[in-house]
Amino acid sequence: MSNVRVLVGTRKGAFILTSDGKREKWDVSGPHFAGWEIYHVKGSPVDPNRIYASQTSDWFGQIIQRSDDGGQNWFQPGTPAGESTTTPDGMPKGESNKFVYDTSDETGKPLTTHQFYDGTPHPWEFKRVWHIEPSFDDPDTVYAGIEDAALFRSTNGGETWQELPGLRGHGTGSQWQPGAGGMCLHTVILDQNNRERIFVAISAAGAFRTDDGGATWKPINTGLHSQYIPDPTAEVGHCVHHIAKHATNSNLLYMQKHWDVMRSDDAGDSWREISGNLPTDFGFVIDVHAHEPETIYVVPIKSDSEHFPPDGKLRVYRSRTGGDEWEALTKGLPQENCYVNILRDAMAVDSLDSCGVYFGTTGGQVYASPDAGDTWTPIVRDLPPVLSVEVQTLS
Amino acid sequence: MIVVVLPAHLRALAGVTGDVQLEVDDPVTRHSILDAIEARYPMLRGTIRDHVAGERRPLLRFFACGEDITHEPADAPLPEAIASGAEPFYIIGAIAGG
Repeated sequence: MSNVRVLVGTRKGAFILTSDGKREKWDVSGPHFAGWEIYHVKGSPVDPNRIYASQTSDWFGQIIQRSDDGGQNWFQPGTPAGESTTTPDGMPKGESNKFVYDTSDETGKPLTTHQFYDGTPHPWEFKRVWHIEPSFDDPDTVYAGIEDAALFRSTNGGETWQELPGLRGHGTGSQWQPGAGGMCLHTVILDQNNRERIFVAISAAGAFRTDDGGATWKPINTGLHSQYIPDPTAEVGHCVHHIAKHATNSNLLYMQKHWDVMRSDDAGDSWREISGNLPTDFGFVIDVHAHEPETIYVVPIKSDSEHFPPDGKLRVYRSRTGGDEWEALTKGLPQENCYVNILRDAMAVDSLDSCGVYFGTTGGQVYASPDAGDTWTPIVRDLPPVLSVEVQTLS
Repeated sequence: MIVVVLPAHLRALAGVTGDVQLEVDDPVTRHSILDAIEARYPMLRGTIRDHVAGERRPLLRFFACGEDITHEPADAPLPEAIASGAEPFYIIGAIAGG
C-alpha cells in the first residue's frame, strides 16, 4: 500500500506529516530547524528519500539542508559537521549556501541592476532561496529559485550552486521590479516530457520559459493584463503568483496572477483568463489534479490588501472544466471567522488513485482532502504560519 | 585559546552546545577570529559575514570586553583579555520580534 509524506515549511521550522494511503491518521515530526524560516522542502522524484530544504534567516542568511533518509537526519551538503574544509589535495570544498550571481565575461551577463520599487536602478542582492526543484533524472541535480530573482542549479547534491545566467541576461532583467514579498523567483517547473524545457515565474516580472535547458529564455506573458502597471499588457512586469502544470501535458499551464486566474494551452505562448464565477480572482495558490488535467484548484483571497478569504469563509474552488466554471469546496473547512492566507507554494497534490489535495495556512493549519477536494480534514491545526507544502507519494 | 560566544542558532548549526574555544595566532582581531570560526565550522560560512564581500550580516553585532566593536576596523587588534581567553568574544544577533 502506498504512503504519503507531506513536507511543510513554516516561519519557525519544518514539519513532516506521514500517513498510509487512507490518509486518515497522521504522524507528525518536527520542528526540524526550529526557529528558522523554512521556505521550501521538496523531495527528489528519483529517490524519495533525498529531500532538500531551504532554511533561511534575516540574521544568519541562507542554509541548504539535505536528507538522504526521508527526513530523519539532515546535513548541509558539502560541509558535514566535523569534516575538513578542504579535499585531500588541498582544494576548498563546496559551500552549499553560497549563491553568487554569474557576472563573468565568459558565461555571465553584464547585468548589474534591476528596478527598485520606485523605478530606480538597484543592484542584484542575494537574499534567500524560495523554491527548490529536484530533477526528474538525477537526485544530485536540483534547481533553486532565489531572491533577488535568478535561477541556480546544483549537479552535486547541493554542495555547490551555479547560476543559469541566461535568464537574468536575456534582455528584460533590468526592467524587473520586486513585488511586495521581494523580487523572488518562486516557481520552477520542469517538464517530464521535455528535459530541455523549464518554466519559471518571478514577482513582479512574470513568467519565462527555456527550451534549451536554461541557456536562453523568453518571457511568456502574452495575454496577461495587469491594471496596476503602467502598460497593462507589457512584455514583463506582471505579478505572477504561481503557475501549475499537469504532470504529463507539456503545454497545459494554469496561473494564479496577482488578480486573474489564467490558462495556457501552448506552453505559455499565450494566456486566457478563466476566472469565471470565482468570488474573487485574487489569490496565491493554484494546482492541478494528478490524473485529470482539466481539474484545478484555487483558494480565492479577498484582495491585494485584504489577504484573507472573502466573508471569513475558507473555500477551495475547484473547476472540472479547465476553468471558467468553479464550485466551492467547503466540507470540513471553517465557514465563519476565518481570516488566514494561503501562500503561493502552500498547496500540493498526491498521485494516489483518489487524488489527495493539501494546503497550509498562515494560521498554521494543514488541511488534507483524500477525495480530490470533496471533504477536508486538518492534519494539524497549530503550526507556525505555513510557507510551503509539498507531497511525496511513496510506494 | 580564545573563547567565542555564538548565537543559539549558530551553535545548533555548528553542532556545539556551549562556548567555542579556538586557537588564533597573534594579532587577534575580529577578522582572524571569524576566519578561525569558519575554518573550524565550515557550515557557518556565509552566516556571519557575506561569502563574497566578507561583510558582516546586517543584523549581527560583535562585542569585546563590554564594548561594541561592530563598527571598528576588522583588522584592529582586540584587547589582551580577548586574546588570552580571559574574556569571551561575543557574536550577537539583533533583538527583534518574530
